[in-house]
Amino acid sequence: MNQTELADVSALGFEKEIAALQQQITELERGALREDKDFSGEIRVMREQYISLLKKTYSELSPWQVVQVSRHPQRPLAKDYIEMIAKNFTELHGDRRFGDDPAIIGGLAKIGTEKVMLITQHKGRDTKEKLKQNFGMPVPEGYRKALRLMKMAEKFNIPIVTLIDTPGAYPGIGSEERGVAEAIAVNLREMSLLEVPVVCVVIGEGGSGGALGIAVGDKIAVMQYAYYSVISPEGCASILWRTGEAAPEAAEALQLTGERLKELGVIDDVIEEPLGGAHRNPSEMGHNLEQYVVKTLRSLKRRKVENLVNDRYKSWRAKGKYTEGK
Amino acid sequence: MAETQTPDGPYDASALSGPTNNGRKKDMPNGLWMKCPSCDEMLYRKVVADNDEVCPKCQQHFRTTGRQRVAQLVDEGTFEELFTEIQPSDPLNFHWQGKKYSDRLAAEQKKTGNTEALICGRAYIKGRRVALAAMAGDFLMGSMGSVLGEKLARTVELATDEMLPLIVVCISGGARMHEGALSLMQMAKTSAALARYDRAGGLYVALLTDPTTGGTTASFAMLGDVIIAEPKALIGFAGPRVIANTIKAELPEGFQRAEFLQTKGFVDLIVHRHELRSELAKLIDFTMPA
Ligand SMILES: [Zn+2]
Repeated sequence: MNQTELADVSALGFEKEIAALQQQITELERGALREDKDFSGEIRVMREQYISLLKKTYSELSPWQVVQVSRHPQRPLAKDYIEMIAKNFTELHGDRRFGDDPAIIGGLAKIGTEKVMLITQHKGRDTKEKLKQNFGMPVPEGYRKALRLMKMAEKFNIPIVTLIDTPGAYPGIGSEERGVAEAIAVNLREMSLLEVPVVCVVIGEGGSGGALGIAVGDKIAVMQYAYYSVISPEGCASILWRTGEAAPEAAEALQLTGERLKELGVIDDVIEEPLGGAHRNPSEMGHNLEQYVVKTLRSLKRRKVENLVNDRYKSWRAKGKYTEGK
Repeated sequence: MAETQTPDGPYDASALSGPTNNGRKKDMPNGLWMKCPSCDEMLYRKVVADNDEVCPKCQQHFRTTGRQRVAQLVDEGTFEELFTEIQPSDPLNFHWQGKKYSDRLAAEQKKTGNTEALICGRAYIKGRRVALAAMAGDFLMGSMGSVLGEKLARTVELATDEMLPLIVVCISGGARMHEGALSLMQMAKTSAALARYDRAGGLYVALLTDPTTGGTTASFAMLGDVIIAEPKALIGFAGPRVIANTIKAELPEGFQRAEFLQTKGFVDLIVHRHELRSELAKLIDFTMPA
């Protein structure tokens, strides 16, 4: 048991019991200090209860609960991973056409032993930052900047890592006027041909086309409590159930968790999260992410460029479920 | 992005299924007459049908079915339909409020006579051999699921192998929710196939018709060497209602219409339905003469 596992974490609805137990442990520890008494036995028992409750709760999360964890206010965001695992990060700005989209942060960095072009979607932590980042909803310039950086990476034979965390591309007038659909479409086409390894990781929300616009690669991973979906559960619920309140049912129907997406052949890997979710132990999550990226890049770098690009085509070509018969 | 994608969505599904009545069938029970929703003229249905589903008075382009679209574009009797053996399944066993996706698929197949929302194959247009894929707006709003992605990818690969000009007619509410992320992946799959066709030197003409939205727009619809739109077609990524709700303001006049997109630089040509065949022939002769 280390300190971070008992970090002060704001509780989601289904975590009330966990939070209550956590509160009791904290109070007992304070009491022990204040009254100079030894409650270590009681504390040990309660901590064990806490761990087993956390394990039980998180092994039984419903898809909707996973969506809630993926949006947890303390879940690590792209910038946290940049701080934790991207050494010498040199941010590069702008699409060279119109502007610089703060919702997409990109630049050169070293992850573990690997030199990479890192392209991320960042939602922002507090209200001020969220507004600045447009809640992680990119506009066309973001996708065009991403592609510019990817082409630059290809030129210098630097592998590409993308971190996906967006509710979706921004649905605004300017975004449409400047062709957000065209920007995403061109990325899909061009990323399929990049002659360097591309690894894409959904770290929080994989919100439809806005996520896919930087998520075409050789290996696609989703963190254990992240989701990836064609539409938000709320959006799906409001269309099919005619009320956003059916979001839990819609989340279930959409089968949007990493585990299920891997079974469906939509993604390649699920990256394990610390007990109770990334927000309870960001540094362990950072470590897991770094391990995954380094291991995956090393294996991709061994392939011949021609095979790499052909295999990428084959893997994307194979996505989809249908029957074939006369 | 998928706001507009199903019959349960904000678009009136009947506007896409019954040719041209724009959901007003109830007003005209005998179906012999229709009122043009644009100019209010009472029109004899047969005259409209013979006019390629265009209002003879105000030139409003009505929505057509996938079959009507193919018939309008190709030389009579030359369409060789392919890949019909690719059939939809229900990989997520998707159901909601007592309804099942598999039932919905069966109903759409029965209604349209199509297996899915894309009709594709080889054809001739004014004597020029082409690969043609037409989305069927009458089948689940022309939404893109696994079958649509697979059939389109195969059509693009066929065009690549045989070096045929490729024409894709778009009409779509976006990616199909009922297949979850599998539908989303079709955007990348079709775009990857188009990347190879592009590098091989093929001519790809995307024809955008009313409405072309969501994941369809953000993939193959926007990747044409030449992008043609029909007059006044709604073309966008997010649906207008989603945008209005997000920005909490009225949308500008003509927003997301073909003419608007052309002024913004995203559409090459706006072509009257009667002129499409000759326009396509001209483009083929410039770029890929036989
Ligand atoms: Zn009219």
